[in-house]
Amino acid sequence: MSLHRSTPRLSRRRFIQAAGALTASTVLPSVLFARTGGPERLVVVILRGALDGLAAVPPHGDPDYARLHRELAIAPPGSADGALALDATFGLHPELQFLHERHTAGELIVFQAAASPYRDRSHFDGQNVLENGLMHPLGSADGWLNRAIAARSGHATQSSTAMAERAVAIAQNVPLILRGDVPVLSKSPIAAPDVDEELLARLQDLYSKDDWLSARLSEAIQSEHLGAAESEAQAIPTLAGPRAPVDRITAAARMAAAIMRSDGGPEVAVLEATGWDTHANQGGATGVLAQRLRGLDAALRALGTDLGPLWGQTAVLVMTEFGRTAAMNGTRGTDHGTGGCAFLVGGAVRGGRVIADWPGLGAASLLDSRDLKPTLDLRSVFKGVLDEHLHIDAKTLAARVFPDSTQARTLDGLIRA
Amino acid sequence: MLLQPEIAVLRFGLGARPGELATAASDPRAWLLAQTRGPAERAGTTELAPSNEIFEALLTAREERREQRLEAATPQEANAAGAIVREAYQPHYRAQVLARAASAALTTQPFGERLVHFWANHFAVSADKGTIHGLAGTLENEAIRPHVNGRFVELLTAVEQHPCMIAFLDNQNSVGANSVAARRAAARFAAPTDRAPRRFGINENLAREILELHTLGVGGGYRQEDVTSFAEILTGWSIGGGRGRLAGGAAGKFNFHAELHEPGAKMLLGKRYAEQGQAEGEAVLTDLAAHPSTARFLATKLVRHFIADDPPPKAVERVARAYLKSGGHLPQVYAALIDSPEAWEPQARKFKTPEDFVFSTLRALESTPSGAQEVIHAFDLMSQRQYTPGSPAGWADTAASWDGSDALMHRVLWASQTAGRFRDTARPTEIADAALGGRLRPETATAMRRASTGGQAVALLLMSPEFQRR
Repeated sequence: MSLHRSTPRLSRRRFIQAAGALTASTVLPSVLFARTGGPERLVVVILRGALDGLAAVPPHGDPDYARLHRELAIAPPGSADGALALDATFGLHPELQFLHERHTAGELIVFQAAASPYRDRSHFDGQNVLENGLMHPLGSADGWLNRAIAARSGHATQSSTAMAERAVAIAQNVPLILRGDVPVLSKSPIAAPDVDEELLARLQDLYSKDDWLSARLSEAIQSEHLGAAESEAQAIPTLAGPRAPVDRITAAARMAAAIMRSDGGPEVAVLEATGWDTHANQGGATGVLAQRLRGLDAALRALGTDLGPLWGQTAVLVMTEFGRTAAMNGTRGTDHGTGGCAFLVGGAVRGGRVIADWPGLGAASLLDSRDLKPTLDLRSVFKGVLDEHLHIDAKTLAARVFPDSTQARTLDGLIRA
Repeated sequence: MLLQPEIAVLRFGLGARPGELATAASDPRAWLLAQTRGPAERAGTTELAPSNEIFEALLTAREERREQRLEAATPQEANAAGAIVREAYQPHYRAQVLARAASAALTTQPFGERLVHFWANHFAVSADKGTIHGLAGTLENEAIRPHVNGRFVELLTAVEQHPCMIAFLDNQNSVGANSVAARRAAARFAAPTDRAPRRFGINENLAREILELHTLGVGGGYRQEDVTSFAEILTGWSIGGGRGRLAGGAAGKFNFHAELHEPGAKMLLGKRYAEQGQAEGEAVLTDLAAHPSTARFLATKLVRHFIADDPPPKAVERVARAYLKSGGHLPQVYAALIDSPEAWEPQARKFKTPEDFVFSTLRALESTPSGAQEVIHAFDLMSQRQYTPGSPAGWADTAASWDGSDALMHRVLWASQTAGRFRDTARPTEIADAALGGRLRPETATAMRRASTGGQAVALLLMSPEFQRR
């Protein structure tokens, strides 16, 4: 190379200040995390692949449950490997110890026989509806949580850059639920050594005429320090095998907690976990699904522990695209169904109860003679959480966040006053 | 027309190797069309074991593990037995990943190679599922490469009868409720016993995903009863060499187990299919391949992959028409795509996936990966671990799924690690010219000249807006 120039290595913070001087086209906010929202925190956990709600929240009191779910059924509380008791009808899978402790502490609401308005059985369309908040899988490139954040900050006068810290996706790329007008951070728990800061500065310059890349690079640089010290310890070494989703969700949960806890950190985080599509050899109290549930439970416990004092103002929503068939299939698994379960847990939750208008598993009650019939629209839960926890008024929810949701009435009383 | 060689090589191909832009320059369309004949051969020298051998080795390993666990004196010993199976499949996964990257880096038929990748993603399997550990790459190499330039129905049938797909979508044990096997089991338990009979039944996973993801598409006009009926039609499509009721057939190869098949005529999409055993499912695949919904679904995906995230309707229409007119003859479908004016618009509208980025980098730098670990590291860093899309829908083919800020930072990191090897010796501007031709912007060339090291100059090239898109 003809030109060699030595640049002293800058610390990341100094770099952020210095970058503006290096190139006039680079604009970075001088104050990060000028958060104006309240103290509430919301974490959404999306379980992709359709969790079997009848395994996670076994309806042991239903006379048809054991007959249909056969060897996959969880035994009633009190028996060996039995469910953890919730009430006379429902229990929790024995691996969901942390959730059960929260139930006892009055911090868990279990929803059963719930579903989004989607009624076909495609994972991918089902996830779209779960995340876009509409009646149909297509037709929206943004997600309901992004629209909610936009609505929440609508009255405040904030630049788009200052809004970037309102939400974080614990992933390299932003899932549909968080896509939209409000810029969102993404941060993955994959260990990455520092990038050469001079290269970053030169790239900012190179992107000066490319708003699309420029915006993303600025966000990436801003979020580099997020929760760094806390999350370094649990970052996944990049050479971990593909078989570690159980540990991955815990790493993601701990990273979410570290970022939310950082000074002025974001109020909303979204996590994802895959591996719930149990068509074959699903197992019961032990086995494949039990291991996944244990991983989820451990992740939620880690989130609670790491959030520390913030747990008291946190609500965690755990959901999946749909439930699975009421009957075991021919390969000791379950096929795509409709009604399923969801959880709302956290110090801010008015819990200790199951919300279920239980339709029963009798032949006449099943949807299409195969699935648990949904009696609760998940959007009712979403609206309740956004109303009471993030204080978004009913009119905005109906008009902007969940259009076409008049039949999904807001569920009241989910959050502690 | 502007930039035709660049569009042929960068958008339709896998990114330019030095000299490739010049090769394509005389007739870019002819250069592309010449790659749509015959099987798509894998480039490179990596030896890969065939799927049936891997299947057999895995069966043996699982058997050994079972025995060791039974003999284990302590829980630690029992756990250690797991390594037997891991050691049986991991070398195959690593070899397949390395072979894939080497072929992408070296091939002189990069459009054909991209089509292989396209169809492998259309018929996605995910190596993180236990039953197909070590097998994911075999579907691409054994079922897709031979048929990528044939008729769609041949490709479809080869894929659905490949043991990797059957195992991935759980069809090997799917049993008709009235099949010989089910009736025999029921008779055995006719006398009252204290043990409930094992329930025999269908698994609808393969049937649903063929309709939803491989042929008609989700809005393609089928209902739950069609899924159930198709699953019954597919009962018996299984893998040879199993035990018990799966005994028989060549080990690790497709095998029609007649005893598992649901007997009788079935209705699907309003048409009656008479009982024909294995041929019944093949007849359905033939009809699905000829369906207008399939033509539209495949055309939409091809146009999205090669032209824009929002597929231009006229191009979709043109490609779908070519599909129906040719009876699903894929080279004619590709020709319609190449003849679409929308495909030759100079603006690069596709943001590269990590796969695109890594493969085009290897080509630009004339670099072949030295070992599997190098490839695995790159894709772990950028969240696209090879052969593990995690679901049968495959990897997303739109920018919104790859453009997170954290993802961009990981691209920068990999680019600087990779480019670091070019610190002193390489000539960055020559690399840039050969890789981008007329696409190279003056701003990028200037930034590269001003870079403080050769490695930094190459990193700037790799991360430039024009290299990040195709």
